[in-house]
Order: sequence, then structure tokens, then C-alpha cells
Amino acid sequence: MSTPDTARSDTVWVEHVALIDRIPRSLGMAALLVGFVLAWQLLCMSGAVPAILLPTPAETGADLLFVGQNLLSGGYVLKAAATTASEMLLGFAIATSLGIALGILVGETRFGERAVMPYLVAIDTMPKIAFAPLFVAWLGFGIASKVALAAFMATFPVVVATAAGLAAVDANAQMLFRSMGASRLKTLTRLKLPIALPYFFAGLKIAAVSVTAGAIAGEFMGGGEGMGQLIRVAAGQLATARVFSLIFYLSLFGLTLFVLVGWIERKVVFWRR
Amino acid sequence: MVTNTAAGTPPAASPIVYELAGITKSYAGQRLTALERVDFVLRKGTFASVIGSSGCGKSTLLKIMAGLIPPSGGRATLDGTPVTGPRADIGMMFQQATLLPWLTTLQNVLLPIEVRDGKAAAREARPRAMTLLQTVGLKGFEASYPDQLSGGMAQRAAICRMLVSEPVVFLLDEPFSALDEITRDFMNMELQRLCAAWEATAFLVTHSINEAVLLSDVVYVMAARPGRIAEIVPIDLPRPRTLDMVNSPEFGAYVRRIRERLDTGAFK
Repeated sequence: MSTPDTARSDTVWVEHVALIDRIPRSLGMAALLVGFVLAWQLLCMSGAVPAILLPTPAETGADLLFVGQNLLSGGYVLKAAATTASEMLLGFAIATSLGIALGILVGETRFGERAVMPYLVAIDTMPKIAFAPLFVAWLGFGIASKVALAAFMATFPVVVATAAGLAAVDANAQMLFRSMGASRLKTLTRLKLPIALPYFFAGLKIAAVSVTAGAIAGEFMGGGEGMGQLIRVAAGQLATARVFSLIFYLSLFGLTLFVLVGWIERKVVFWRR
Repeated sequence: MVTNTAAGTPPAASPIVYELAGITKSYAGQRLTALERVDFVLRKGTFASVIGSSGCGKSTLLKIMAGLIPPSGGRATLDGTPVTGPRADIGMMFQQATLLPWLTTLQNVLLPIEVRDGKAAAREARPRAMTLLQTVGLKGFEASYPDQLSGGMAQRAAICRMLVSEPVVFLLDEPFSALDEITRDFMNMELQRLCAAWEATAFLVTHSINEAVLLSDVVYVMAARPGRIAEIVPIDLPRPRTLDMVNSPEFGAYVRRIRERLDTGAFK
């Protein structure tokens, strides 16, 4: 008869599970956040940094609440947020459609692959943010210059991802479609584009992050009424707590777009679980 | 001497289904010819294999026969008409099942009909596809997606996809070589059963000598540089073939003969 006790004493080698794997993930994340805030508080209390340059966690928290209230009650922050969000969404829409079109040109045609792709790669290596003053000069201080910069920054990841996806079709599947007498268009729509979808969505996720950067950079450069303008003004007044809380809410946009793309991907690319 | 073919008819008596006459293939910019004057005929209801090491041109040969690439010279004739492109009466199987993961098993089987003749024709062919799935033991898996099928099941679905267009000839490009040996043996027996039931004319590309001898009425041994048929080995074993036959002296003799021919080809 073997009781649980003897069974345990028979065991000579057990797998060691690290502490971090034994606690819930949220607990680890919370612990890190608490540690960070604590260090921040200590830094403020030490006097090493002037209070005007680095707000305390408490001040920042209070300002987060204030800005949050303003957002919810439809104040000026909400108006700025709506402006930036529309710049981002328009830029995202342009980047997506342009990215698909150029991606198919580059990934599907020999001309695109051989003649267009080198230029796209060359442009992609440029620091695209440096084009911001040009877009302002061309399109003015309104929303258009921000949308253009956001789209400009977000298009390339979509192009590259779409082209890579179209190239990912294996030779057997192409041969199968050839043997079925499928036209080039049918092979594209029924085989290559579905295969490219997961790659395309990966590109969209990068684009979702890029449009935030593009819209804000455009606003820094060319004014307007968006979040970038609020951040610039707050920073100019050394209202650092405000800068932090504006950045916090701003990052929620990009995150929302990112999560939304991921959600749509799971619905569309259902076969990749 | 007993001459049993896959369909049970002596080969000489059955009509010619596929004829290759002087098929040559060379690629632009390459000095070597991939194929040099390949001639043979496939008769109705027979199973032929081509065996050779990698790079002997057997895949090129199969692609030409399938109408996927044009030959540089010579003529391929199927059912009385020259092959000048992909055709509905040519059925193909590849090393991978290549089922599309976003289509159900049934939709995958119907894909050739849908691509060729449209959605309405595919709907009409549904009962036929269902019967085929039942024949290969995939009843109940019509609505399953490929990631729910095992490797052997996926290849059985690929067999149905080949059969759904009711092709005159089956071109098989190492169809089971990616499967484990146990599944492969089983699938080869399944293939034999289906070929007999369909009185199929089949052409198999393989690099397994056992597989070639086990399934075929005739084995073409290919040599490389340039790719050509070095020897024609008729296989005179009774049908249906069983996996036990692999251990018989007659089977061993065929295997030895083919291996010797392949070896001399390799070291030439």
C-alpha cells in the first residue's frame, strides 16, 4: 500500500518552478508598477530633481483625474482628443488603402518588385518625421498636414507586410492553382491574398502605432487643435504633470487602435488560432 | 505468365490514354538538358511509376505531362488531343496535401470545380464530393477545417479533390512522401484500391523503390544529366498487391534490378 507520504519520499527528482511562474501575471505587473512609483516618489523626495521638472506621483495622479474628468465632461481635452483621433483614423485609412495597393503592386508584379520596391525601401530608411515641415508647408496648419504625415509614416509597414505575405505562398499551392487553370486574378484573390492576411494584419498593427506618432509630430510642427498642441503648450509652461497625463490618454488611442486591429484579425483570419 | 494490371486487364489490350513522343526540355541559360527524348505510353487502367534520384528530371517530366510547363521539343498527347496547358481531365496530387486552411474539407474538395466552372457548378457537384469523401473514409469530416485533419486524412481529402473533376489520368508527385511510414503504407494500399475501383490510369513520381514496385505495372527508371529513361521494368506481380509481398523473392528481385540500374546511373 502506498500512501501519499511514501509516494512523495519515493520521488527523487522534481521539476523546479521559478517563483515568477508560480504567481499570477497581474501580481507581477502590479508589483513592478508599485516599485516604479515608489522609486519615483523617492527621487522627488531626495531633491535631486527640481520639483518643477518632475512632478510627484501624487501630483501626476491628481492631474490624470482632472484631465480624465475634462475628457468625460466634454471639455477642451475631449475636443483636442477628437481632432487627434480623426487625424489618426484618416491617416490609418489612407495608409491601409495605399499600403494594400502598393503591396500588391510590389508583391504581385515583376515591375513592382524590380522597379518600385528599391525606391520604397530607400524612402523607408529615411527619418520620415523630418518630412513634417514639408507637409505643413504644402498642406497648411490644418488637419490635412497631420493626416498626411501620419499616413506617410504608416504606409510603409503595410506595403512591406502585404508584399511579404504575397511572397509567402508556397510553390505547391501555386502549382495546384495553375493545374486548376486558375487565372492570375483568381489565384490572387482566392489564394495569395488570404495567405497574406496574417502578414497584412501584422503590418496594420505597426501602422496603428505609427499614425499616433505621425499625428503628434505633425501637431508639434504645425500647431492645430489636437493633443500635440496641448502637450506643447503644457511643456512650454513647465506643467510637467499635465504633459504626463496628456501622453497617458494619448497612448490609449494608439492602444485602442492596436487592440481593435488584433480583434478584427482574430475574426477574419479564423484559421490561425 | 500472369499479366494483371491495376484494373485487371492485360496492358497490351487496353487503349492508349497518354502518349509522350520525343519529349525534350532544356532551360534557357543552362547548358544541360533537363530531359532528353522521353517516349512512352500509358495504357488505360495501368499504373506506371517513374523513379530516379533528385535532379534526374522526373518532376520536370510530370510538370510537362500536367501541362504546367511546355516541353522544348516533342509532343504530349492525352486522350487524343495534345496537352498545351492545364486541363480538367488531368488529376494531380502533390507531396503536400495543400488544402486551403480557410476552407472546409468539402469546400477544398470542390475547389477545382469552383475555380474552373464557378459556384453553381460546385454546388451541383456537392453530392459527388460527399460520396468521394465517404469512399476514402472521411464521412463526418466535410465541415472540418484542415487543421483538424491528420496528415493522412489531409492527403485523403487531396485524393478526393483530384477525383472530383473525374480526370482521365492521375499524376501523382510523391503524394505520400511527407507522411510517416506506417501511414504511407496504408495510404498506398488505399490508392491501389481506388485506382482499381476507378480503372484509373496513374503515373507516380517517387524515389522509393519499394513504393514503385508495390504499386506499379511498369517502372521507368530515370538517369540524370541529361534526364532520360534508362530502363523500363514491367512488374509482373499478382493483384491486388499486399504489403506482405514486399518480403517475397520476386519483389526482392525487382527491387534489386531497379537499384542496380539507379546505382550505375548515379556513378556514371
